[in-house]
Amino acid sequence: MEAFTQHIGTAAPLRRGNVDTDQIIPAVYLKRVTRTGFEDGLFAAWRNDPAFVLNQPEYDGVSVLVAGPDFGTGSSREHAVWALLDYGFRVVVSSRFGDIFRGNSGKAGLLAALVEQDVVEKLWTAVETDPGTKVTVDLENKTISAGDVSAPFEIDDYTRYRLLNGLDDVGITLSREADIAAYEATRPSFKPATLPAKA
Amino acid sequence: MGRTLSEKVWDAHVVRHADGEPDLLYIDLHLVHEVTSPQAFDGLRLANRKVRRPDLTIATEDHNVPTFDVDKPIADPVSRTQVDTLRKNAEDFGIRIHTLGDPDQGVVHVIGPQLGLTQPGMTVVCGDSHTSTHGAFGAIAFGIGTSEVEHVLATQTLMQARPKTMAVTVDGVLPDGVSAKDLVLALIAQVGTGGGQGYIVEYRGEAIRALSMEARMTICNMSIEWGAKAGMIAPDETTFSYLQDKPHAPQGVDWEAAVEYWKSLATDEDATFDREVVLRAEDIAPFVTWGTNPGQGIPLSESVPSPDDFDTENDKVAAERALEYMGLTAGTPMREIHVDTVFLGSCTNGRIEDLRAAAGVLAGRKVADGTRMLVVPGSGRVRLQAEAEGLDAIFKDAGAEWRGAGCSMCLGMNPDQLAPGERSASTSNRNFEGRQGKGGRTHLVSPLVAAATAVTGTLAAPADLPPVAVPANA
Repeated sequence: MEAFTQHIGTAAPLRRGNVDTDQIIPAVYLKRVTRTGFEDGLFAAWRNDPAFVLNQPEYDGVSVLVAGPDFGTGSSREHAVWALLDYGFRVVVSSRFGDIFRGNSGKAGLLAALVEQDVVEKLWTAVETDPGTKVTVDLENKTISAGDVSAPFEIDDYTRYRLLNGLDDVGITLSREADIAAYEATRPSFKPATLPAKA
Repeated sequence: MGRTLSEKVWDAHVVRHADGEPDLLYIDLHLVHEVTSPQAFDGLRLANRKVRRPDLTIATEDHNVPTFDVDKPIADPVSRTQVDTLRKNAEDFGIRIHTLGDPDQGVVHVIGPQLGLTQPGMTVVCGDSHTSTHGAFGAIAFGIGTSEVEHVLATQTLMQARPKTMAVTVDGVLPDGVSAKDLVLALIAQVGTGGGQGYIVEYRGEAIRALSMEARMTICNMSIEWGAKAGMIAPDETTFSYLQDKPHAPQGVDWEAAVEYWKSLATDEDATFDREVVLRAEDIAPFVTWGTNPGQGIPLSESVPSPDDFDTENDKVAAERALEYMGLTAGTPMREIHVDTVFLGSCTNGRIEDLRAAAGVLAGRKVADGTRMLVVPGSGRVRLQAEAEGLDAIFKDAGAEWRGAGCSMCLGMNPDQLAPGERSASTSNRNFEGRQGKGGRTHLVSPLVAAATAVTGTLAAPADLPPVAVPANA
């Protein structure tokens, strides 16, 4: 994973709450077995609507999404994160994220910045007033700023540390192999195993 | 101080704890399906890693498979590739797999329990948010993304921050005709879709204790629909007797040791929860959704709400948008809403008791003209059991379609989908826009309401139906 320290880009205002992962990418787009190429499915239903924010030319090339509360609820599909990344987003801002979505973001290198709802409102106003407004997201200092708006955002320390250093989780955990083996030695014999299969 | 059920299970799985870091948690059972795993296996190959514990891993095909013509090759080439990829990955990495046509193929959350692989005190994960289902056994069970699937395959562990604890206590006795699905829909309407966020929830109280294992699975299944990390129910005699004759249940002395341990998992008298919610079972009635998230629900006896009925601007806007998408007018009695398709199935309500409940309503009755009904057993084994009991004949006689096992119309991915504008009464778990097919409109219901709705063609409960003229088995 690439390290993430600071991002500067323009932002799209998504004035909706409860944007579940079925809206971010409908199930029919999940059939691919590769890790890329999901941008077509991003907000697929809404992108048919000419009035949808991402269809407005002034929001071409955005890399920050400012969304209403409860963004990324529902299905565990990491494809939602991949679709956002494939489209060009690097940061999603909301006042509440679905747990699994937020976890997936941290793994895949999309920054899910948690802010108060009034910060979301101010960012919406700023980027609607001037779609060219540059939004600066500083992970080192956990701040987001755009024009006159400047506010802290929340992210858990461990995800921040991993993003800042571009660390691979599996690699870190495999370095704890001795701990895992020691734990396994203590597992009770009554715990089930899938193999050999019993009918 | 005492500990809660979830704290006991969590503590028993901590491989490594360091201040300021998430716990490294051991995973007892990893369920794998075709949609969220291919990129994870690819990741292993790229890094030249193997699956650490194939013997704690099991795979099946459910999301992206047809529920008819299952003996023929899958027609959609992209879907076929995804299913073939899982088969190849299972073979390459030595993982047990149940493929189409096998009695243990089916919805991944139906398979674990029916094989007895889901047991109390375990940690269970799967690349699917409805993994919370397995919490019904007193396991910590939650959905993960594909990166985490890869992590579990490689290490049999996950890095996880310890969630807060919540108790949902349901006192009293559920009225006749009111099921676990109604209970959980009513709960979500009360607490909202984000109400459980950051918590592992323990469902407890008299009404929960009285539920069968399958009904408990319905409750825990929907935990994710109000944002909870996981939902759990303390194991008791109901749990033990369900497990006793399952293929992978512990045997002999192992059984004795396991039961003794399982009994120790109940929340201690002096334990405290970070948050508590209390419901009275007597207050709960058949419940249906009207909107586009599972929290937008009301009793079947009520009418479609108006955006003005809501307090916050956010809720008003959401209601307005939902009514537009659903093609509904405020004030319309829910019972007058015509339904095109009834879907009985899914990890929420695709088990044998769900099929029995619906068949009990449909016996001697017909699906209304202008409405179709799909009955999709949760697994091949559920299908065989239903056929042994003659339930398939009841469904077919009523005019319903009797299908093979899979996720089917719960999500618009396989051939079973709603057409744009088509309206369903569905026993599944999500009424999101387009969830069951682009432009489809979903009302979440219980199996009893689904069956009664099929008969009337409008949302209905069994109590609304006239008596059957001739008993089915006369």
